[in-house]
Amino acid sequence: MKYDLFGNGKVTFGVVVLGFFVLLAILGPWFTSTVLGLDARANDISAISSPPSAAHPLGTTQFGQDVLAQVVEGARGSMFVGFLGAIVGTVISILVGVPAGYFGGTTGNALNFLTNLFLVMPVLPLIFVLAGYLQGTGLVMIAFIIGVFGWAGGARTLRAQAMSVSNRDFVQAMRMLGESNRRLIFTEVMPHLYGWIASMFLGGLIGAVMAEAGLAFLGVSDSSAISWGTMIQAAQQQSAVLRGLWWWFVPPGLCIALVGTAAALINFGVDELANPKLRSGSRRVAKRTAAIRRTALAPEGV
Amino acid sequence: MTAPVLEAIDVAKHFAVANSLGDSSVVRAVEGASIRLEPGRITAVVGESGSGKTTLARILARFYEPTSGVIRLDGVPVAGDGIRKRAVQKAYRKDVQLIFQDPFGSLNPLHRVRHNLERAVRLHHHGRSKAALEERVTSLLERVSLTPASDYVDKFPHELSGGQRQRVVIARALAVEPRVLLGDEPISMLDVSIRLEMLNLLDTLRREDGLALLYITHDIASARYLCDDIVVMYAGQMVEAGPKDAVISSPQHPYTKLLVESSPDPHRDVAADRDEIFGAADELGEPPSLIDPPSGCRFHPRCPFAMEKCTTTPPPRAQLGDGRWADCWLHEEGRADELSGSTMTELITRKLTEERR
Repeated sequence: MKYDLFGNGKVTFGVVVLGFFVLLAILGPWFTSTVLGLDARANDISAISSPPSAAHPLGTTQFGQDVLAQVVEGARGSMFVGFLGAIVGTVISILVGVPAGYFGGTTGNALNFLTNLFLVMPVLPLIFVLAGYLQGTGLVMIAFIIGVFGWAGGARTLRAQAMSVSNRDFVQAMRMLGESNRRLIFTEVMPHLYGWIASMFLGGLIGAVMAEAGLAFLGVSDSSAISWGTMIQAAQQQSAVLRGLWWWFVPPGLCIALVGTAAALINFGVDELANPKLRSGSRRVAKRTAAIRRTALAPEGV
Repeated sequence: MTAPVLEAIDVAKHFAVANSLGDSSVVRAVEGASIRLEPGRITAVVGESGSGKTTLARILARFYEPTSGVIRLDGVPVAGDGIRKRAVQKAYRKDVQLIFQDPFGSLNPLHRVRHNLERAVRLHHHGRSKAALEERVTSLLERVSLTPASDYVDKFPHELSGGQRQRVVIARALAVEPRVLLGDEPISMLDVSIRLEMLNLLDTLRREDGLALLYITHDIASARYLCDDIVVMYAGQMVEAGPKDAVISSPQHPYTKLLVESSPDPHRDVAADRDEIFGAADELGEPPSLIDPPSGCRFHPRCPFAMEKCTTTPPPRAQLGDGRWADCWLHEEGRADELSGSTMTELITRKLTEERR
């Protein structure tokens, strides 16, 4: 039953990379400003669009801003939106999906209708309308918009799972004892959904980081906030690709790709936890088996 | 006759099923069922698959509200006609507990034995100290012969065998100190080797704690071993009831006779005349659809004694003394003695050959 999540190379890599970016988001801005003495917003007029150098390890932008400092500052923005968006989305999908599956009937139908409504809504145009209406969209607002429009798929999954778990005998048996619905949901049904919820959260994290970048690229963002998305958008506006300023847009793009990969790799591990059939024999087990076979086959006295 | 703890009077349960075209039809899972459960007595409900046994247990456990009829606990109506409150009161849960058929499914694989028992104790006996709770859990495990209790209390269900799990399930039901235990085929999923232990455990509970037990089974032999009374169900209706030995040794309803004769009997010399006994077994027929049950007596399409009357009018209940009754026209017609004659297989074979002629 016990399964070592970290005995798996994929998961270890994912956790290390994601952990690195989380630390970068938390401690990075302090590190760049005090240790390296770089300011993400300061304009260094002496070095405009300069390639990587000793003073600016990742070069500078069109406006003379340091790219390294911006990437580090952007990590905070992007990771913040990623986590907040994923939390909002996951919480809503749990609140809607699990009761929908558990109660069924009228409650279930109503909640399911709500889910379907959000599933078929044309999300992108709506976000533009909403963002235009709200104006001055800060990162918190962006994260909420991403979360509020991105929970429906997860809610469907949770509804189906909750429905199947709720009808199993052990839930009926605990109801027979007189357990309340609230306790049945939280102690009997929910623990069976943790795997799904964890993988939904990681999926939501990738989705939110990407969505933030995408929205920023399309102009829905806070122009004063720095995130990887706003960096790429600024680079695009100043035709960085045409002018060959690769150091401006490659680092944030790479960071987004790395966070996405890391979350997906952790997700593999979580999937294997939830579905043992996906597990491949670890190298350690294979080695041990081979060693045992060798000993067994070795002629005696050798 | 002592007063019943739990009593169902003329309960029925209909399920609406809709097909893909949206037409709905009604499955008459249980109709006109009455049963009394008395303290210290075990009542068996026997019948083949689909006869409504499990539905009956679930009505009594109040997972389903009866479509009509009344359920009484200590003479007080708790469900059925005229009772508006649908929520099951905690008091009812404290008195009536259900044991599920599948011990592998009725324990949450993520929770230890301790969780199951502690929740049951906590729900109905508030304010126990930690030590008292621990003591209660230990005594419950000892009650169902899981000793030493410390070996079992922190185990997960997957670390236990089927028999041990069913014991935990029973201990959990006992934790609320119920007065009625409903067993829905509690031994059918267990290995043959531990069935007897389970039956003895149920018998001990009945004798020492004075529990009223409902034992649902399709296995006549275990019913005969454990029970005091037997109720026979066919196609959602009760067809015969009475003390176990009387019902099994001299069935007063053709279906009971068929059921008793269908169960393997080691004393019967099968090798000698296998064909004679099982020759027409394939042609004994199937239980009817409960969406559109046969008119009159529901058993008449399969019954070798069937008369004209049986196809049109449901038979009246014939009281046969000593708490026995049977729903069959044979008793009204004075043909009851025919039931003790030749075996059902012979009768059916004879009937089939006559029809062919």
